[in-house]
Amino acid sequence: MLTVSELSVRYGQVEALRGLGLTVAKGSVTVLLGSNGAGKSSTLNAITGLAQPRGRITFEGTRIDGLAPEDIVSKGIALCPEGRRVFPSLSVAENLHLGGAAHARGEVLATRIEAELVRFPILRERYNQKAGLLSGGEQQMLAIARALMTAPRLLLLDEPSLGLAPKVVDQVFDLILSLRDQGITILLVEQNAERALEIADQGYVLQSGVLVLSGTGAELAASDLIRQAYLAG
Amino acid sequence: MDILLQQVLNAVSLGGIYALLALGLAVVFSIIGLINFAHGELMTVAGYALFLGVLFAVPLPVAVALAIGAAAMAAVLTERLAFRPMRKADATSLLLTSFAVSAILRVIFQNGISARPKPIPLPPALSGSVDLGPVHLGAVPLASIIVTMVSLTALTLFLKRTTMGRAMRAAAEDFQVLRLMGIRANRVIAVAFALSGALAGISAILWVAQRGSVDPLMGFIPVLKAFVAAVIGGLGSLPGAVAGGFVLGITEVLFQAFLPEAALPFRDAFVLSVVIAILIWRPEGLIPAKSARRS
Repeated sequence: MLTVSELSVRYGQVEALRGLGLTVAKGSVTVLLGSNGAGKSSTLNAITGLAQPRGRITFEGTRIDGLAPEDIVSKGIALCPEGRRVFPSLSVAENLHLGGAAHARGEVLATRIEAELVRFPILRERYNQKAGLLSGGEQQMLAIARALMTAPRLLLLDEPSLGLAPKVVDQVFDLILSLRDQGITILLVEQNAERALEIADQGYVLQSGVLVLSGTGAELAASDLIRQAYLAG
Repeated sequence: MDILLQQVLNAVSLGGIYALLALGLAVVFSIIGLINFAHGELMTVAGYALFLGVLFAVPLPVAVALAIGAAAMAAVLTERLAFRPMRKADATSLLLTSFAVSAILRVIFQNGISARPKPIPLPPALSGSVDLGPVHLGAVPLASIIVTMVSLTALTLFLKRTTMGRAMRAAAEDFQVLRLMGIRANRVIAVAFALSGALAGISAILWVAQRGSVDPLMGFIPVLKAFVAAVIGGLGSLPGAVAGGFVLGITEVLFQAFLPEAALPFRDAFVLSVVIAILIWRPEGLIPAKSARRS
């Protein structure tokens, strides 16, 4: 579904990513692992057009590298960014509305918002509150719901479990599986390697901007590198 | 009583003009981090459009609408021609670009039209006073307050109720994420400039109504005041711009009215002392913006 090859991203003098290649199969959960600064977010930024990469990115058979973020999202790729980044002074309703406004209007838009409120009942309770007043977990739900408002076929999730209580982390991982079951392909960036590999069909490990390991979730979970670097024991 | 009320009216009406101007600056600053010093020249564009409309005996409401439209269009054009090519530049380069736009427009006005002020005759209804029982109030300040209130209400409704208005509020907080939703950055920025131009146009009409003439430099002082107002309010914050505008206008008129005669030449020093006091008390402004980052 998504193929990335020879992908490099520079920020000024700093090379954040060097020669990355990866593929995301349709209907799968693909996980990108690595420590801080390994290039995970740069990868997602390059795919969504927020960073200008060198290399080749192909989505459903067409080149998307070099396109503007607005055009990439209209092809069916949504990013739920690191740190949630909801619009804090806008209400939950307005956040959801903006999520879908470029892709649907009127009745269709209302139906999509309703669908997200069914998926995330907590957002219905908070519907008219400012997003900035929500708890971390609620903001994460809102950020995912807002990304889903664009009706993506590929959803990129950047550290969705970061800073959340264990119970909420469980919810997030359950949600990812249920989204996959509904046919949405997932590319997940995580620091919580153990949980991520449990649900991963395929995984990639980055170190200092370079791909160092790839394999199925089970293979990675069993590998020495992962066991030493990310998993206790 | 009459005089006191009239001064209050003057204070609020001047404050309203500053508020509209400061809002025009803030709308653009909140989204692309540009302090547009060519904002004053947008006022001048509206002033000359009004002058031409009156010259060709266009009905006044039509001339006013044309003038506001001309300022909005000029704003969009400056964005397209000058600021968009500089989009990726840093804040200083953007600021210098706005100085350049401002200087170019002023030269065009001076050489293309006239360096001298052009009079704009006011309709008789605006030159008199309104009698409310025993009190006589100037028609221009009264009309200007009404126009300010209507404009602020319309702007608030636009920002709260429409998709584009919401997108502009969101862009002020996190433009990247807004683009990730598929909302076109260029369109949001163009609308911000159009809005900013329209606000400059409305302020220009009110400014001209008080002075009765336009000249190439008419926008210079107001845009400086608007900048001060926007800073007092909290740069980039829309409610802050309104608050800052009213605080500045009211302070100016009160000092003008109640300073002893010997101190009047130093009025602006007194006003700026108040500004400094406010900034010492609240360095971020009266109502700070939510996100002040990026250029």
